[in-house]
Amino acid sequence: MQSALIFFESLPNIALGIFTTAGLVLIALSVGFVVGLPLGVIQVYWGSSFFSRVVSVYVWLLRGLPSLVLLFLFYYGVFPLFGIDLPPFFVGATVLGLRSSAYQSQIFRGALLSIDQGQMQAARSLGMSRSVAIRSVILPQALRVSLPAWSNEYPILLTDSSVCYAIGVMEMLTRTSLQVSRTRAPVPLYLGVAVIFILMNYIGMWLLHYVERRYRIPGFGGS
Amino acid sequence: MDESVRYILDILRGPLLQGTLASCKLIICSAPLGLLTGFLVSTGWVYGNRAVSGLCRAYVILIKGTPLLILLFVIYFCLPSFGLMLSPFSASVLGFIMCSGAYSSEYIRGAILSVRSDQVTAARALGMSGMQAIVWVVLPQAARRALPGCSNEMIYLIKYSSLAYMLSFIELTGAGKMAASRSFRFTLVFSVVGLIYLGMVSLASLLFLWIGKKLAIPGFELKRD
Repeated sequence: MQSALIFFESLPNIALGIFTTAGLVLIALSVGFVVGLPLGVIQVYWGSSFFSRVVSVYVWLLRGLPSLVLLFLFYYGVFPLFGIDLPPFFVGATVLGLRSSAYQSQIFRGALLSIDQGQMQAARSLGMSRSVAIRSVILPQALRVSLPAWSNEYPILLTDSSVCYAIGVMEMLTRTSLQVSRTRAPVPLYLGVAVIFILMNYIGMWLLHYVERRYRIPGFGGS
Repeated sequence: MDESVRYILDILRGPLLQGTLASCKLIICSAPLGLLTGFLVSTGWVYGNRAVSGLCRAYVILIKGTPLLILLFVIYFCLPSFGLMLSPFSASVLGFIMCSGAYSSEYIRGAILSVRSDQVTAARALGMSGMQAIVWVVLPQAARRALPGCSNEMIYLIKYSSLAYMLSFIELTGAGKMAASRSFRFTLVFSVVGLIYLGMVSLASLLFLWIGKKLAIPGFELKRD
């Protein structure tokens, strides 16, 4: 009973962190999408070019490094080195976004490769340029194919976002541990925040499933 | 420039070496037990009775839904209230085992489901008990199919291991942070730390490719395209 009281007493403060966490995840997902999609397209359609090799190195680097190391590298190292003074929230969102862009580019690469080559040939024979064909024929199909794998990026980013605690972003975990040091009651607070994370996970997954169903083209895959 | 090189060599020999060893200790302690947990949980999920299966499912959903960092905090800060004090090292290892167990159980479950159920029927017809059929017929095949997925999971584990720093266990990231705070050369130190992680990740993926080749049964290789 006592524990529940402590949890509900701290809840308003922790709940503010929900917005920060959600903001981190949304920005990171968008950055990842905006950066990752062109990278995927380059890897598939300009496969043997110099850019494609640069993209492979970028993906290898960002997938091979722990997010904590990336955060420290950017927060204490790279950004100050170039004189960029960003609040921790934006540093965290950028780093998570760049990291996600490496993963997302591979999701999009897989989806682009799954589109039949005949589609490109047909579009070209109708007089479309390569870039128009990619934009208006290939991508609308590939994006739908990639949606199930892309939905996985949401729980990954949500759980990764708590690492931003290390650079002092006021997200849920940071606020919770501040409350813990105030109330000295770790059990209800940490377990409670775990429940909030699981709930956010479920709500997001449910939304993404809805989007997937909503944009499905009848007769094209899926069950 | 010359001075930077000397500085890098200095920290490589001192704190970063110790940090790397500490990280390896974390990974080596948690990877095998994590895989074992994965096997137990996935077998329980697929073949267990309703209670066991439900329990395994709940475990996977709970662990996958919570950030690892929160799991670590729960283990490290909450368990003492129930009379179980863990050192930062054992708390992180326990967290990593639980986490990688939950994630690798998904790969193993997929692999178990991909082994045809006739095999169990055939094993039962040869007089094996259900348990024997699972342990001696299904799991050896499933393990080989789950290997690529599990090797991915082990690579994640190498990267997760940096979170032990948040429980004040000084591993590679922590050692780098401390060295960098002393010299204020964050970019340099963390680039070196990053390179060490990349090295560990590349070594691990080579190791798993080698294990995959060693375990392959002629005629049953996984097809790659």
